[in-house]
Amino acid sequence: MKRDAGLLRVQGLRIEVATAAGWHAAIDDLALVIGPGECLVLCGESGSGKSLTALALMRLLPEGVRQTAGTVWLGDTELTALPEAAMRRLRGGRLAMIFQEPMVSLNPVMRIDRQIAEALRAHRGLAGRAAAAEVARLLDAVGLKPEHGLSYPFQLSGGQRQRTLIAMMLAGEPEVLIADEPTTALDVTVQAQILRLLKRLQRERGMGLLLITHDLDLAHDVADRVVVMYAGQIVEEAPRDALYTDARHPYTQALMRAMPAHGQGPLQAIPGAPPAVGAAFTGCRFADRCERVQPRCVQEAPALSTVSEGHRVRCHLAGQPAAARTHGPAQGGREQWEGPVLLQVEGLAVRFPIRRGLLRRTVGWVRAVDGVSLTVDRAETLALVGESGCGKTTLARAILRLIEPSAGRVLLNGVDLTRLSSSALRRARADMQIVFQDPYGSLNPRLRVSEIIAEGIAALRPELGRQARQRRVGELLEQVGLPQDAAARYPHAFSGGQRQRIAIARALAVEPKLLILDEPTSALDVSVQAQILGLLEALQARHGLAYLFITHNLPLVARIARRVLVMYRGRVVEAGPTRQLFAQPLHPYTRLLLASAPGQGLAAAVEPAEHGPDVTAGCAYAARCALAEVRCRRSEPPLAAHGEGRVVACWLAGPR
Amino acid sequence: MTLPFQPVILWSDALLLMLLAAVAAFVLHTLRHEHLRAPWRAVWDSRLGMAAAVVLAAYGLIGLLDSLHFRARLPAAAGEPPQYAAEVLSLFDHLVGPLRTQVEESYSAPFATHLFVKKTLVTADGRVVRDYPRLKYGGAHLPDPQGRWADVAARGIEGAGLGSLLAAGAWGLAALGLAVHRRQPLATALAALARERTLKGPRAALLTLTLLVLLTGAVAALAPHYHVLGTDKVGQDVLYLALKSIRTGLLIGTLTTLVVLPLALTLGVAAGYFGGWVDDVIQYLYTTINSIPGVLLIAAAVLVAQVHIETNPQLYDTAAARSDLRLVFLCLILGLTGWVGLARLLRGETLKLRELEYVQAARAFGVTHARILVRHVLPNVAHLVLITLVLDFSGLVLAEAVLSYVGVGVDPVMPSWGNMINGARLELAREPVVWWQLAAAFLFMFVLVLAANLFADSVRAAFDPRSGRIA
Repeated sequence: MKRDAGLLRVQGLRIEVATAAGWHAAIDDLALVIGPGECLVLCGESGSGKSLTALALMRLLPEGVRQTAGTVWLGDTELTALPEAAMRRLRGGRLAMIFQEPMVSLNPVMRIDRQIAEALRAHRGLAGRAAAAEVARLLDAVGLKPEHGLSYPFQLSGGQRQRTLIAMMLAGEPEVLIADEPTTALDVTVQAQILRLLKRLQRERGMGLLLITHDLDLAHDVADRVVVMYAGQIVEEAPRDALYTDARHPYTQALMRAMPAHGQGPLQAIPGAPPAVGAAFTGCRFADRCERVQPRCVQEAPALSTVSEGHRVRCHLAGQPAAARTHGPAQGGREQWEGPVLLQVEGLAVRFPIRRGLLRRTVGWVRAVDGVSLTVDRAETLALVGESGCGKTTLARAILRLIEPSAGRVLLNGVDLTRLSSSALRRARADMQIVFQDPYGSLNPRLRVSEIIAEGIAALRPELGRQARQRRVGELLEQVGLPQDAAARYPHAFSGGQRQRIAIARALAVEPKLLILDEPTSALDVSVQAQILGLLEALQARHGLAYLFITHNLPLVARIARRVLVMYRGRVVEAGPTRQLFAQPLHPYTRLLLASAPGQGLAAAVEPAEHGPDVTAGCAYAARCALAEVRCRRSEPPLAAHGEGRVVACWLAGPR
Repeated sequence: MTLPFQPVILWSDALLLMLLAAVAAFVLHTLRHEHLRAPWRAVWDSRLGMAAAVVLAAYGLIGLLDSLHFRARLPAAAGEPPQYAAEVLSLFDHLVGPLRTQVEESYSAPFATHLFVKKTLVTADGRVVRDYPRLKYGGAHLPDPQGRWADVAARGIEGAGLGSLLAAGAWGLAALGLAVHRRQPLATALAALARERTLKGPRAALLTLTLLVLLTGAVAALAPHYHVLGTDKVGQDVLYLALKSIRTGLLIGTLTTLVVLPLALTLGVAAGYFGGWVDDVIQYLYTTINSIPGVLLIAAAVLVAQVHIETNPQLYDTAAARSDLRLVFLCLILGLTGWVGLARLLRGETLKLRELEYVQAARAFGVTHARILVRHVLPNVAHLVLITLVLDFSGLVLAEAVLSYVGVGVDPVMPSWGNMINGARLELAREPVVWWQLAAAFLFMFVLVLAANLFADSVRAAFDPRSGRIA
């Protein structure tokens, strides 16, 4: 084997994207090197060009995107000059790629073992018994059981599907594996497992690993070296430890301050938004968002300069260390604040019938939400945390009666919403509004922004005339930090963060006292996330709003919420003041969630099952719990008080 | 004051005018909304789409002219109340005068000067012979039939020359419009029209128009003197029949949507949005309709209409009114069986839209169901409706031909491509073959259906969010 086998070298890569006004560079003069057995993490916000880079390496650029310059060497092979037939053999062989969506990357009508065997036949010519043995070995290598090989993709969970994909990619014994956001679609607990798996395989096989992510914390856990991209350029490249202790580029620094897991106190947003593809630059591409911008930055584009070994920065100010920043005061004062109760939910349950047979008889129930109680005080933020499918969104919709609850009471200002007639409910809804996760699906593309915002006013305050409505729309736009001329435009003219501002303005239009925020920032980049959270905080201080903040992002909770509620399988398993709960989690599930959050290494003590089977008796978490005892499987633990303000549903949490 | 004619508005005419009004309203609405205009701009930029649109417009114009009916006033003595002819004519009939009135005795081939069948003739010197007689109109102006091809060429070129003047006028008008719009000199605008990439759609439209006008000019110059596409069994000009059939085809293709649209929209959207028992009832309804063989249903309905007309002759005073009713009835029944596909599509799309967050947000505001449907659901399924209707059009035109061929289509005396093809059944069995009636019907139908399909394709490409236009 040659000495430089497994080495991926990219030089002078330039990729152009077709826009209405012609071809524009999306990636400019990009250079990367991945050594054998090295993990390089490519980090950047959406639109920075990181996924295009991966596709260009695989020569899978979509229509309307083209590579106009640059060379890609894999060992001694130049990929850009290779004929397509040779490239096809190479893809999934020496160079393999894992995509973000494990759902759509597998053939739904083919068994898992056959899909892996197909990859083996294509790249290693294995068939029959040899292939079967190799499939078994690969399944074992990615932590799947032999019986999983006999399943179809829909029978597997998201994490298992991603493992299958990894097995398929390993089938070609790649020298370099590219993983494009391989865990973004997965829950945080599963994410940690997949990353551990990738890391282990990379070490065992001496593969090069190019991991693409938007999450600097995640990069910290897996990377040997990190490359930060901004607007199609590398702005900083450094060994991991150097980057996290001594980031030199203002963008990297700002990004780290915007990450919820770093530091305390309010998140610090990066003003503005990343430039659109096709923007013309003369100076530094980050200049208009940079807090240390100088005249030179606007006039002259900086080149990558080396600050220490392996640490290169594209900034005129790279030599000067950043001024020490003082963090704002932590939100300590808020914790003591006690307001009157605004929302009280008692034993709320949502069950969906399972119907079978010709007559559609109900044979059972899916308990999406199973007896949840909570209170939200005036002007406080209560966080609701849980993995996907735990029922948190269903709970939010049931509180609003967008879904009819099956049991329980929802008291808003002492009025039981579940018993109101539809006309009385309509009036009551003025006090309670919701902001959704997806800023693209939550605004009707056929309506102007002014019509979207005025919709609630027209429905709930019909006494206001047209002019009063338009005045109100103007005020709301100002409150959420949008220009006045936004009113006449359609939603497609706005970025994700701006759309979320519109959604917030729409909810505020009817002057609610409670906002339910259903993962309002999970679709946004971190720098924009910090902007939206800052806006929410300002609005809370100004209007005395209460927030029910639904999220799966635990570090975020620590930064914004006074109290937190952890849900698992439709039930509350633990609740309490944020600081105590984070400092001393009582429920094993809470501990797992906290340990799985990226940014603290991948050394979790236990590797639990991804999902337990449905249980009819006992603790719902027992199947995944490493500490489960006999009584856990027999009877369900009640939600018991445990110290001041804290409750936990676990047999093992009691005083020992 | 008495008009020289009495306007007659048949049922189908009234419905067509309603449809035109609806289309005009839709166009106005589109022009006023930026997001609605954008996809049409993509159609505007598509070469095939624009060329097809011009052809469709030409068909539409003929169909429209043929839908303005009247009864001419008969000459009457002074002082008497005016009397009107029993025959209902259309503006189109009036415009193409000789085409309608120059009826031969029987078959004659395209551009023929003699009849296709032998007749017993008495010559000038009193002998009786069996021979092909000269046509009454076709080539009758020629002293010597041998020279007819030269005459045809001369007249054709002359007509095309006149047509080219018209075409030049169209280019000039287009350039003038562009010049005013862009505030450029006329010459610059003309050069832009000829070369500029962004104007490739309109340019294709103008080229198609030029071709059409040249062809029309040549045919118009020839038609008074020859039967360009021959004559049929009773001596009617086949070109005239084929042109008259356009209205029938267009009506079947468009009036049916008047029935389909309200049914599919209300039932499909209601099923998807409300779910539950509403959904169940509507699903059972359309599954039932779908499982009845369509042709049987149509045959039964047409027979019912037939019986109704025959038992109530006093209601329908002209032959045109009778055959028109049958046409409207055919549209109705095609619509009643044809809404299922669109309704199913709309149900699925609404099921998806109902769960979208902007609909949920509207519900959280307590917006009423009716308002949610009008503001949030309907505008977001409109593209599906448009695509389906345009795609269905050509299918309906073909369906008419098939049904008339089978004998359950439009009235046998009504000109339609289906009836022409039905008539051609026996003609093809003759020796030598009478091919021109079938060929004419095929040609006119083919051009219309091809244009409709090409246009539908560019509309679909423009409106389909998945067609992946480069941003």
